[in-house]
Amino acid sequence: MNRNFALPEFVFLLQGLRWTLLLSCIAFFGGSILGLAIATLRISPILPARWLAVGYIQLFQGTPVLMQLFVTYYGLPVLLGVQVDAWTAVSLAFTLYSAAFMGEIWRGSIQAIPRPQWEAAACLSLGFFKQLWYVILPQATRISIAPTVGFIVQLIKNTSIASIIGFVELSRAGQLMTSATFKPMIVYPVVAALYFVLCWPLSLLSQMIERRIDATIGIKRHM
Amino acid sequence: MKYVFHFDVVLDHWPELLDGAWLTIRLSAMAMVLGLAIAVVCAYARTAGPRFVRWLIAAYIEIIRNTPFLVQIFLIYFSLPGLGIRLDANEAALAAMVANLGAYATEIVRAGIDAVPQGQIEAARALGLKRLYIFRFVVLFPALKMVFPALASQFILLMLGSSVVSAISAVELTAVTNSLQSTTFRSFEFYFAATALYLVMALGFRASLAAIYWLVFLRGRAT
Repeated sequence: MNRNFALPEFVFLLQGLRWTLLLSCIAFFGGSILGLAIATLRISPILPARWLAVGYIQLFQGTPVLMQLFVTYYGLPVLLGVQVDAWTAVSLAFTLYSAAFMGEIWRGSIQAIPRPQWEAAACLSLGFFKQLWYVILPQATRISIAPTVGFIVQLIKNTSIASIIGFVELSRAGQLMTSATFKPMIVYPVVAALYFVLCWPLSLLSQMIERRIDATIGIKRHM
Repeated sequence: MKYVFHFDVVLDHWPELLDGAWLTIRLSAMAMVLGLAIAVVCAYARTAGPRFVRWLIAAYIEIIRNTPFLVQIFLIYFSLPGLGIRLDANEAALAAMVANLGAYATEIVRAGIDAVPQGQIEAARALGLKRLYIFRFVVLFPALKMVFPALASQFILLMLGSSVVSAISAVELTAVTNSLQSTTFRSFEFYFAATALYLVMALGFRASLAAIYWLVFLRGRAT
């Protein structure tokens, strides 16, 4: 006799959703810190620093997230000689991944600030980091909010990939429930709906902020 | 314990890896062509179609963009058979990739269409050109040229994202790597090699797309 898809099964999915959210949060905050460093390196006056950042971004944007997960999961024990559990590997991989993407978003936002702003700050005899921190970043932050929220949607969706290495979040919970109930017709649409409920409001928010900022600063978007 | 790398095992299985990479390339290339076709049709229907068609396309785009690719694959491969639509792993992978790319590319193509100056369309109308003719040569062509870089990025993302279809036993590069590492116990070496192959494929696709751009949009044209 098969199990039905009823309330307990739905609650199981919600518990999976909890880990999806937690993983997204870890990756977002870890990725923010690292991403800011990447963006700073990417625009720094020192050439090798820029190369390093470009290389990092190319590597993480040019390879699949799934491969990054596998390499972290199987590679860390090999390279560092430490056994890592799925949580550590997955959090680390998604942090590195989101740092590359957010670093690029923020670099774009920083470079959208007109050159004279830097020059004016330099005229006030501020050093590179003070120019960046007090003059450029406050303006760049405004521009970066919409694409950053857009990326969070991307990140939440991509955490589903962690299910492939056995990390139990929403998608994996869906797979487990499908094997328990044999009702993929119900389970997967429910899983999709849960993701949608999570992501759609963020997408709308991102679009709303974008429109408002376009209206206030009058930046002509090129696409 | 010191880990000794054995990349020679990877070399022994190199032909199998290349077979997997070849399927990844074929799937991606087919998805790019079909996805772009869907995008053009949907973008046209979204600007010129009847209200309910426009609404339908908007729903399609929002659903695809706010649910993970992995869940879309599961829906197509595991849930659709319940409706009597049975696809094998490769067909399901291709269908998911086309559906996914179609939604993202529709938005990109639409942005390009919106950016075509109204005056250009009015000029074409004044010359007495037919509607489809105007769409094809006066709207679509310059629009695609404008958004080509964004489309190319989306294509690359799709190719990298295709690694996820290994979850339904379509034997592309990731799936081949998975099975090889589980029989040889050389997980790090195989995932490292596969990651490098993906990076090469991403660069290859980028170069080919640049060549296509040159062939289609630049060669022998004054503007």
